[in-house]
Amino acid sequence: MMTTVAGASTTLTGLPELVPEPVELPGHLAALRAEVRAFLDAERASGAWTPRADVWLSGWDEGFSRRLAERGWLGMTIPVEYGGHGRGALERYVVTEELLAAGAPVAAHWVADRQIGPSLLRHGTEEQRRAFLPGIARGEVYFGIGMSEPDSGSDLASVRTRAERVDGGWELSGTKVWTSGAHHAHAFFALVRTAPKDDAHRHAGLSQFLVELDRPGVEIRPIPLLTGAHHFNEVRFDRVFIPDERVFGELGNGWAQVTGELAFERSGPERFLSTYPLLAALVGELRATGSGGVDAGTRRRIGSLVSRVWTLRTMSLAVAGALESGQAPELAAALVKDLGTRYENEIVDAARLLVEIPPDPGAEGGFARLLADAVLHAPGFTLRGGTNEVLRGIVARGMGLR
Amino acid sequence: MGRNTELAELAESIFGDTYDRDATGLDRAAWKACEESGLTALTAPDTGGTLDDAGVLLEAAGAWAARVPLAETDLLAGWLARAAGVEVPAGPLAAVALGPGVAAGSPGGTLTTAGTAVSGTLTRVPWGRSLAAVVVVEEGGPDGERVLVLDAATATVTEAANVAEEPRDDLTFAGATPLATGTAPAGAAAELGLRAALARSLLLAGAARGALARSIGYAGERVQFGRPIGKFQAVQQMLAEAGSEVAAAAAASAAAARTAQGAGFAAAETAFAVAAAKARCGEAATAVARIAHQVHGAIGFTREHDLRLVTTRLWAWRDEDGNDAHWNDRVGAAALDAGPDGLWPLVTGRP
Repeated sequence: MMTTVAGASTTLTGLPELVPEPVELPGHLAALRAEVRAFLDAERASGAWTPRADVWLSGWDEGFSRRLAERGWLGMTIPVEYGGHGRGALERYVVTEELLAAGAPVAAHWVADRQIGPSLLRHGTEEQRRAFLPGIARGEVYFGIGMSEPDSGSDLASVRTRAERVDGGWELSGTKVWTSGAHHAHAFFALVRTAPKDDAHRHAGLSQFLVELDRPGVEIRPIPLLTGAHHFNEVRFDRVFIPDERVFGELGNGWAQVTGELAFERSGPERFLSTYPLLAALVGELRATGSGGVDAGTRRRIGSLVSRVWTLRTMSLAVAGALESGQAPELAAALVKDLGTRYENEIVDAARLLVEIPPDPGAEGGFARLLADAVLHAPGFTLRGGTNEVLRGIVARGMGLR
Repeated sequence: MGRNTELAELAESIFGDTYDRDATGLDRAAWKACEESGLTALTAPDTGGTLDDAGVLLEAAGAWAARVPLAETDLLAGWLARAAGVEVPAGPLAAVALGPGVAAGSPGGTLTTAGTAVSGTLTRVPWGRSLAAVVVVEEGGPDGERVLVLDAATATVTEAANVAEEPRDDLTFAGATPLATGTAPAGAAAELGLRAALARSLLLAGAARGALARSIGYAGERVQFGRPIGKFQAVQQMLAEAGSEVAAAAAASAAAARTAQGAGFAAAETAFAVAAAKARCGEAATAVARIAHQVHGAIGFTREHDLRLVTTRLWAWRDEDGNDAHWNDRVGAAALDAGPDGLWPLVTGRP
């Protein structure tokens, strides 16, 4: 059991980089941030919307999405020739984190802006880019996600929706579930089997199709959340014809494409800011109790929550910086999402314990409403985009354990 | 400006070569190697190292449980002497701030002066028995703060240690004549507190990495039920959680160093970043030490195994230079002061 110096040296230096180099935001982004804050102040003052928790799932407001687009804040990283703004990932990061912290209704454009734009640029044909990117940047074209199925959640490679070759294209049959916003969205990327399952090569034979949701044979059925709210859907394909020009990326390369998409999906500020508006409201309630009303224990609890969100932001920004420089930091993205989504729950727990205000799902806004929404949406935080258990498996593999 | 990998390799090679798990007290071989490489005065103007560089060095020192007062000598005492315009003594140094604003878990004490003779006791002085000199700053008024450089050889030493067996000695002076006296700008004692917390955060991040690396190595070697325990999902999940905590400590401490380097210690954003980093690193230390020991089983809990070198440091350092409660209190006060609308600007800083 003696550990030699050489042994210690090997294990100490063998650990992979867990999070990329920290990123410092360039000074010129201060002006952009100030612009976004002024816009959000004006929006709130006009009563256009009320700050809410978990807005990127539930805050569907197409008018708001279009107002963002008018200011150039959607499709920011899409090149100008495709109707975007040719700006960097860090500029987009500044805009999105400001929107989330403000509790603004960003759900309508969220998926399209976050992952569909970048995926179209990487894998889309010229025709597909021209067909969809300008609408995404205008805040008029919305997308869902077509990955999970009734029998395929964490084990995504087991999807059974299949595409059969037909004249001029493919015919899709099967069912996708948990598709947020499918009842409003224009399209999604469906991950489907184009070759029979081979247990020796589980990730082979999968392909992505760009499916416009108004095609004949597509049936969209609500799956109400436990609150009764309609965000999730089941999307059924009954021999839906998809022309060849709507094959997305390379046939058989679906797994690699989806994994690449997930790096964008997993590390963004929405993975630790879903309940930030509740934290801000909690600070407001505590301040309202007057000076001297906040004891040391409460101050320290608030301090811990703030230290943690500051740290998470540093980590998430580091991943954004790595994505911008062309890396795909899968381990770091998984790790930030695991830590961040657990943190979103910590805010809910603290809010309940530090002030005596019961949650009220019927309130117009304020602490009681934010708490109610956060409590009722909390189970989703650690499930969507890969469960925390699956994410920790990715981290363990990255650290050499599997 | 990427991480200084050349410096990281130099530091790891020095600490690796001198690593001796059975020794305690100052590692004179490591100290000599650091001195010859300029690492004991890394941030001095003529060496020109940044706080980011200091971060790389201290992280490595933490990971290897190095027994050398690098932070104390360079970032704390060396800086303080220079700030007061007095010569930095050669050899291992420590700094002590005296006054009501000093965080618990920092060195302290009381001194009285009669003419030029200084008497009194400095408490919990890091590496006290091995020091060349102690640089003391007295919290003072707006015109500046008095700084004394005391020859450690003139002190009577009462030996004590932290839970990692690192010397934390009381030094008693009876009519000692200071090697030098000077006046540092107002706020020097407060800056010393922030510098100490920043250095401790970087050391904690390193020790956390050391504990994780040892745990991953052990999980790959230890066989139970016919396979390495690292193949069990229960163990993988624990180690992944430790990985998140190590990553958080690294990110927080590096970001605080970068903020201090860019904005200076007098800036409000540096005070916030350092407080948040020390608190976050302290929380990470608790989680990582717990998981590392759980993964190692009984052997990690013995004198025979060297896991203790890093976990006892995690336990010692989380409570030194202000514990999680101390710094979270500062962050919480800043947050409540900022209010619901000012909180987000506080978190994002500039730009």
